[in-house]
Amino acid sequence: MGGLEKKKYERGSATNYITRNRARKKLQLSLPDFRRLCILKGIYPHEPKHKKKVNKGSTAARTFYLLKDIKFLLHEPIVNKFREYKVFVRKLRKAYGKSEWSTVDRLKDNKPSYKLDHIVKERYPTFVDALRDLDDALSMCFLFSTFPRTGKCHVQTIQLCRRLAVEFLNYVIASRSLRKVFLSIKGIYYQAEVLGQPVTWITPYTFAHDHPTDVDYRVMATFTEFYTTLLGFVNFRLYHSLNLLYPPKIDGQADVELKPAEGKEYAMDSESYLEKLSALSASLARVVAPTHEDEVEMDEFPVEGETAEQMDARKKEQEALEKHKKLFEGLRFFLNREVPREPLAFIIRYVVGRLSLGRPATPCLPPPVTLRVPPPQWVFDSVNAKLCLPVADYFPGVLLPPHLSPFVTEQEGDYVPPEKLKLLAMQRGENPGDSEEEEEEEEEEEDENDKEEEEEEDESEKEEEMKLKKMEEQKTQSNKVTAGKLRLEDKQRLEQEQQSEEKRLAIMMMKKREKYLYKKIMFGKKRKVREANKLAAKRKAHDTAVKEEKKKSKKARRA
Amino acid sequence: SIAHLSLCQTSPRSGPERVQSETSPSTPSLPVGLASDPSWSHPRCPDELFGDSLSLLLLSEPCAGAAGPAGEPEPPSEAGSCHQPLVKGSGASPAFPPSPPDIRNTVGNIPMEWYQDFPHIGYNLEGKKIYKPIRNKDELDMFLEKMENPDYWRTVQDKMTGADIKLTDEQVDLVHRLQKGQFGDVHFNPYEPAVDFFTHEVMIHPVTNRPADKRSFIPSLIEKEKVSKLVHAIKMGWIKPRKPKDDTPTYYDLWAHEDPNSILGRHKMHVPAPKMKLPGHEESYNPPPEYLLSEEEKLAWEQQEPAERKLNFVPQQYRCLRAVPAYSRFIHERFERCLDLYLCPRQRKMRVNVDPEDLIPKLPKPRDLQPFPTTQALVYRGHTSLVRCLSISPSGQWLVSGSDDCTVRFWEVCTARCMKTLPVGGVVKSVAWNPNPTICLVAICVEQSVLLVNPCLGDKLLYGATDQLLESYVAPEEERVQPVQWVTATMEEHSKGVRLVVQHSKAVKQVTWHGKGDYFASVVSDNSNMQVLIHQTSKRWSQNPFRKSKGLVQCVLFHPIRPYFFVATQRYVRVYNLLKQELTKKLMTNCKWVSSMAIHPGGDNIICGSYDSKLAWFDLDLSTRPYQLLRHHKKALRSVAFHKHYPLFASGSDDGTVIVCHGMVYNDLLQNPLLVPVKVLKGHAMTLDLGVLDVLFHPTQPWVFSSGADSTVRLYT
Repeated sequence: MGGLEKKKYERGSATNYITRNRARKKLQLSLPDFRRLCILKGIYPHEPKHKKKVNKGSTAARTFYLLKDIKFLLHEPIVNKFREYKVFVRKLRKAYGKSEWSTVDRLKDNKPSYKLDHIVKERYPTFVDALRDLDDALSMCFLFSTFPRTGKCHVQTIQLCRRLAVEFLNYVIASRSLRKVFLSIKGIYYQAEVLGQPVTWITPYTFAHDHPTDVDYRVMATFTEFYTTLLGFVNFRLYHSLNLLYPPKIDGQADVELKPAEGKEYAMDSESYLEKLSALSASLARVVAPTHEDEVEMDEFPVEGETAEQMDARKKEQEALEKHKKLFEGLRFFLNREVPREPLAFIIRYVVGRLSLGRPATPCLPPPVTLRVPPPQWVFDSVNAKLCLPVADYFPGVLLPPHLSPFVTEQEGDYVPPEKLKLLAMQRGENPGDSEEEEEEEEEEEDENDKEEEEEEDESEKEEEMKLKKMEEQKTQSNKVTAGKLRLEDKQRLEQEQQSEEKRLAIMMMKKREKYLYKKIMFGKKRKVREANKLAAKRKAHDTAVKEEKKKSKKARRA
Repeated sequence: SIAHLSLCQTSPRSGPERVQSETSPSTPSLPVGLASDPSWSHPRCPDELFGDSLSLLLLSEPCAGAAGPAGEPEPPSEAGSCHQPLVKGSGASPAFPPSPPDIRNTVGNIPMEWYQDFPHIGYNLEGKKIYKPIRNKDELDMFLEKMENPDYWRTVQDKMTGADIKLTDEQVDLVHRLQKGQFGDVHFNPYEPAVDFFTHEVMIHPVTNRPADKRSFIPSLIEKEKVSKLVHAIKMGWIKPRKPKDDTPTYYDLWAHEDPNSILGRHKMHVPAPKMKLPGHEESYNPPPEYLLSEEEKLAWEQQEPAERKLNFVPQQYRCLRAVPAYSRFIHERFERCLDLYLCPRQRKMRVNVDPEDLIPKLPKPRDLQPFPTTQALVYRGHTSLVRCLSISPSGQWLVSGSDDCTVRFWEVCTARCMKTLPVGGVVKSVAWNPNPTICLVAICVEQSVLLVNPCLGDKLLYGATDQLLESYVAPEEERVQPVQWVTATMEEHSKGVRLVVQHSKAVKQVTWHGKGDYFASVVSDNSNMQVLIHQTSKRWSQNPFRKSKGLVQCVLFHPIRPYFFVATQRYVRVYNLLKQELTKKLMTNCKWVSSMAIHPGGDNIICGSYDSKLAWFDLDLSTRPYQLLRHHKKALRSVAFHKHYPLFASGSDDGTVIVCHGMVYNDLLQNPLLVPVKVLKGHAMTLDLGVLDVLFHPTQPWVFSSGADSTVRLYT
């Protein structure tokens, strides 16, 4: 019975985790610095599986980091930069205090700065990893690019964000990779498919921000610092993947402006250039001039194990995509003043419409085939639906059809708004008018069916009760003989009943844990159904109300 | 003094104070104040001196030399020139003891207590001892002197010499002034008008009259040399103007050499942040009308906690895109996302992606397990209170039921006809028909006694034989001490059918027969070892098998084949071997309170019903823990029963249902019993929160009887 005494919490998961304070002490950093470091390096707390084991038996709320993560931070060169910066600030303050302006200048010139390149590479070892994590970066950059140039953060950051955002938009246009757009009350959502990865971002509507006071802008600025670096590298790589020049140059101007701009490192130095680029109306210069207009047709390699149907499906999908890319081919758009310019320009340019600014009655342009004055929603809906929707629904003065989210894919049992059904029918190539009615009828029928079923169930129970009662009555009045009634038994229903009973009995035999899980799943399902039913009922009520109003107005008109 | 002045000049020249001290009329006061108290400026010990500030040391040096304890004697003339006038000017106060004679005492500033035990008090300049003045005054003398001497109050003892000194009027005056906090010098005016020598205003004249230096108007050669060097360096292109710092970040192909295998060790534990939820239809600026919140929903939304809300915004409809305002919480939401990304502890959670249908165990269909009772066939009415217990004759023709209305009724099974009603004058707790087909005898528990009743039903020969058997009893010659009393029924009782009465000391709650039909066991509600008694009918003899009580016995049971005896206490079932008279097994039921127990006709399986709505199936060969715990009922189980021939068992519960299960026991020891619920039988009405009180199988048919609190007995076939 020898050996050392085994102590608690000195092995196992207790040694894998470290609390935040201990981590901070280990790194010898102040809390704000520690936060910055965590943000930049992408270190986040972990929730241990057994909190009590890690927390030395206590259940107090504590945040735990992985010890490995913290050890990994120990070797970070940026930590030293943080310390240098601290010293720099101290020196600067001293110089200010002593009014030594030359020292201030000198110190400012030698302000320590750090680069985050290696961290980007470290956090995203492959390019695809970086693309997967691009959502937040884009949203943040788009938000920061709308900030005013005063106050909240450095002007350089805002300018950089704007530049990167515009560059990314230009890439999306050039690569034709936008898939979905959604006008929400929060802002505009975009989804692009970049190298096979869906990238979603949100941009706020272009209004001045009402800057909240309970938001720590330093945290946001730190995130933005990292995100701008990431987005810069991603943009570079994306531009090169399309053979585009990376600090982007506008196509027509490229030759003209190349010479004067030679001395400058970067074309975007001039604000006007950024403006031109952000107009999103010109195509970008390429490194190698494209020889073929059309892209090389891809050879098809049948994937093993893929059936012919899947192949067909894939083909169709690709065709649809091609079609989508040429949706507005040949159309010419004139944007009114009241229309949010940037999102529309972005989308129209993306779907190969041609864009002109100003009023529709520009004399020098050849008149388009038909002059349409649809509101912007038509453009968004058409892009989402991947087809040119009938303009009639969108004419001015008509109540706009609802704008649906393209991000929702309804599963079986979910509620599908009737507009979506209509759209799906149109996408299948059916005549929308008929199908709508049919669907409505179907829906009604379905509803009725549901009700009937419910009623049936109730009835069946009632019947059973009745039977029992009758039997008892018969027992009591055993002497009486009454004429028997022929009872018709529905075989199907009987079978159903039997099956449901079997199921109930089988559920009784489930293990406790499985039963709990089963009940939970069924509860969730029921809730879903309930919610769908609620929405459907609401819609029905709304529709009937609208119909009645129509009738009334008709009557009024007749009278 | 010269030394003093020179020291003052070498002290740092700083500002107007110096000038003021040189020129102000109070100049002498400073040296006076400091020099007049050599003992004061002298710390007690020379070592402490070095700890003091330097200026103090410098200023007090001349005096230090004068009164220092070191053996370097100072010329008396100098000391005199230095001190004598000062002492005169300022006067010697008790606080400043040195006076002219004690200059001769060279011991310095030491505690005079050190000389306490010596006749002398120090040494004069020649090194001769100074003797203390003779003091031979006692207390009385002192007092007399105090009273008589008018100058006593101004007489002070000089510590250095021990001599008495009478203070002069000036000295007394000085003491008074110092006590009041006034300056020692009468002529010093502390409120002189201040003279501002250097003002903040620029004056036309210089402060000093000093002529300018030559170097102030001749260009510096050294500087010229330096400048020429710089000029040369610039000309040669060695020095360039500082480049403006380039802040614009440079980008390059970071992933030019990407290595998909270079995944860091920490990436094994890496939990990628979940993406933001994509917006649904309700977030649209122009959503379908059903997604808009109604007034009540809006109110409910407002009253919810922000964290509880399903949507973090109120869906709204706008006529056109132009009318959409800015979303006020946009920055908040981005910020919250940031916080989530770096503050939120992450954990990998396995999402259960199970088809609920897969969770349901695949059991054989009840249809394939027929026969079993499916429908209610008969209702036996007649009792007026809850029917507690049931029993059936071994032939399956007669049914007996005991009720709280103090009667026992005998029914014909097939017709539901009450053949006989036996009033017993007490609540019937348990009835048991003798399982031996050749004997027609029913044991009935009524209060403190067990009645053995011959119902006189069926074959006349049979019940006649039973009576004969009972009458053939011959009492043994020597009376044996018994825990109960066997009493033959009276004539009146005999006519009703009661043959024997076994009188217990306390209320009996259960009775059960042994398979052979000779022995029966009864359970007494007691806390002692007398809870279980085994009786032999033929010999009218009872015995108490247990010496010790092991808890409150709920029910007992005989093994159908082997000489085993099962005793169920609240939580355990004990199996005793009656032959060896020892405990064989103790079954843990995992229940809180066992209510009933039944044994499989094969004898290897037991089911226990409990008041915590569980049914435990024990395989005695397998383990002492339940093979399966079935939680089919919603309320407490009251009774359980096995079928004699078919693989069926049933349980009746307070929820008013009887659940019939298929319980197949295989002969193959390797195969576990198969338990499948096959039917839930309903029919009993709930009365007093009680449903089914007893269940019982027909001995030959797949029928089940149940008795309920609604005072009926029902038959399901």
